[in-house]
Amino acid sequence: METIKEILDIGAAFEALINWLRENADWLFDFIAMVVDGFLDGVNWIFQFPPAVLVIVLFTLLAWKASGRGIAIFTAIGFSLILYMGYWSETMDTLSLVIAAVFFALLLGIPLGIWASKSDTAWKVLRPILDFMQTLPAFVYLIPAVLLFRLGPVPGVIATLIFSLPPVVRLTNLGIRQVPVEIIEACRAFGATSNQRLLKAELPVALPTIMAGVNQTIMLALSMVVISGMIGAGGLGNIVLKGITQLRIDMGFEGGISIVILAIFLDRVTQALSHIGKKSRDKK
Amino acid sequence: MALVEVKDLYKIFGPNPKKAIPLIKKGVSKQDIKKKTGCTVAINSATFEIHRKETFVVMGLSGSGKSTFIRCLNRLIKPTAGQILIDGDDIVTMDNVKLMNLRRRKMSMVFQNFGLLPHRNVVSNVEFGLELSGVDKDERRQKSMEALKLVGLEGFEFSLPSELSGGMQQRVGLARALANDPEILLMDEAFSALDPLIRSQMQDELLELQAKMHKTIIFITHDLDEALKIGDRIAILGPDGRVRQIGTPENILSNPADDYVRKFVQNVDKTKVVTAGTIKRKSPTLTTSKDGPKSALHLMEKHGKSIAFILDSSRILKGLVHIEDVVELKKRGEGDLCSIATQDFYTASPDTSISDLLTAAIETKVPIAVIDDNNTFLGVVDREMIIAEMNDGIDEDSGPTVFSEVLEDETDTTEQE
Ligand SMILES: Nc1ncnc2c1ncn2[C@@H]1O[C@H](COP(=O)(O)OP(=O)(O)O)[C@@H](O)[C@H]1O
Ligand SMILES: [Mg+2]
Repeated sequence: METIKEILDIGAAFEALINWLRENADWLFDFIAMVVDGFLDGVNWIFQFPPAVLVIVLFTLLAWKASGRGIAIFTAIGFSLILYMGYWSETMDTLSLVIAAVFFALLLGIPLGIWASKSDTAWKVLRPILDFMQTLPAFVYLIPAVLLFRLGPVPGVIATLIFSLPPVVRLTNLGIRQVPVEIIEACRAFGATSNQRLLKAELPVALPTIMAGVNQTIMLALSMVVISGMIGAGGLGNIVLKGITQLRIDMGFEGGISIVILAIFLDRVTQALSHIGKKSRDKK
Repeated sequence: MALVEVKDLYKIFGPNPKKAIPLIKKGVSKQDIKKKTGCTVAINSATFEIHRKETFVVMGLSGSGKSTFIRCLNRLIKPTAGQILIDGDDIVTMDNVKLMNLRRRKMSMVFQNFGLLPHRNVVSNVEFGLELSGVDKDERRQKSMEALKLVGLEGFEFSLPSELSGGMQQRVGLARALANDPEILLMDEAFSALDPLIRSQMQDELLELQAKMHKTIIFITHDLDEALKIGDRIAILGPDGRVRQIGTPENILSNPADDYVRKFVQNVDKTKVVTAGTIKRKSPTLTTSKDGPKSALHLMEKHGKSIAFILDSSRILKGLVHIEDVVELKKRGEGDLCSIATQDFYTASPDTSISDLLTAAIETKVPIAVIDDNNTFLGVVDREMIIAEMNDGIDEDSGPTVFSEVLEDETDTTEQE
């Protein structure tokens, strides 16, 4: 047993891989870190720069437009409460982290989903990887992120984007594969190239399904961003973490409430947006 | 040269389809081939031609390979063996660029479940084909509007497909196919998803459109009535993927090639297909310029009839005389048959179906006159003839009296066309 474990030490092998990456591909990770950091800073500035009240008003209007009066009222009261409790800045940090992570997750996930839908082989390879990613406990993502990107918001975004990637890949793949066969045949029969088919038929027809994936990705990202408070990503995760480590029940509770408010806001608005996509297809 | 020539076409689905061909040629059945090789024979040695501007219907039961066949024509499905020549070009071996251009310009397709894009409104659905081939915006909008007009969808240009009924959605499908003015229209069970009433209306409209446009239409259906109504010629596919018979509707009804076709045709509602022109008989006629009461009575007595139609010298129908009136006329010593002619009878054109004549035939005691567009008298149809035809018992030899000797300058009008 000893010898086998020495020869085939999975943990050590993984460590070796990470070390190798750090030594040989450091420039790549530096580059990724730079891009992510720049993007994150930009998004963060958008939310932090204007006065909180203005941002609340804008969020309320967005919620109103997207999903109606109930959610608009909820948004106004909820974010005011966050402001009143004194977690405005942390909430905006968290929101920026979510947006950055989701942006890169979609940038990666939608093309992967398209590829998977076009090639059975690609899907055969991707599927177990996605399964694996979704069953792995969230914390585990933090370790390589920290090793490769050290501490701070950047590894937080990286861990989050990887954690939240599967739903959008899955549902993009599913959405495109579910496009009715006669629509595909119509494209071919009228002489569409494969790009024309993708852009003019498959993606638009699959859009509601893809948006459902985007919604799930956003929700997963929010939960992961909170967890990545553990590696110094900042934001509300930090508050909750303090609540746990310093046994400050009040802080933990208030941080928790803020997260729930943000979660409900994000969920309802993105859900409504995907329904608007559907509705405009039904009406327009 | 025929527009489409199909030569020894095979399509076999499954692993290693080429291997199945020798088996087919040996005469192994579809089921045995499926068992032995796992391959499904969908088209088995089809050879025929489709002429320019005809409506060619392919008919067969579900699973007989109709959809496979029509998809071979634009190579949505690649045939296993054989040739399909369109204007002499072989589709099967054509390179992709040429094939794409052919699909964009020469042939369009209409689908059973419409295949419309749900996120686009009616007019931009119709524009789809033109958009793909890069026609500029104004031109494609204009052409699409024209196509929508053709199918009677004005006013719905900006509706979404989901807001329309099935029949209207299929009009959109038809307009989309017509928008790029293709020479060939492929229609795969285009009306099968519609309610019977709407379906029959769409069939009528297709016939009207075709009378104006003169496309080459290849129409797939599993419904024999539809095939008979729409088709100039019909190909009947058997369950083995083989073409059993090709011919005109009448030809298929009256001379089924084998038992399979005969069984198929047995249940058809003949009254919708058989026309007045087909069953009409000659009838004793009088000519205004030369016949008087005397010759009229002679003619009627000779043929045991109580009526006769009066024609002018160029066989234009003028009216009908009854024997009582002729006797009356003769008593009065007058000679003008026209003065006692009545217009109290029904007329029909030669292509009226006998189902449409039935009510009139039952209502009236005198025969129905069959006349062409210029009122030229062609013959008569009466109740007995229609009923006999419907009962499929008509016997050419023992039918009502044939007055061939009376019709002096007549060529044989009992034959159709
Ligand atoms: N893609 C396919 N793979 C395997 N078998 C097929 C495929 N498409 C059709 N078939 C088989 O080929 C035969 C003919 O099918 P089809 O052309 O759809 O018939 P129809 O349109 O007359 O109902 C059927 O037995 C069907 O099961
Ligand atoms: Mg079919």
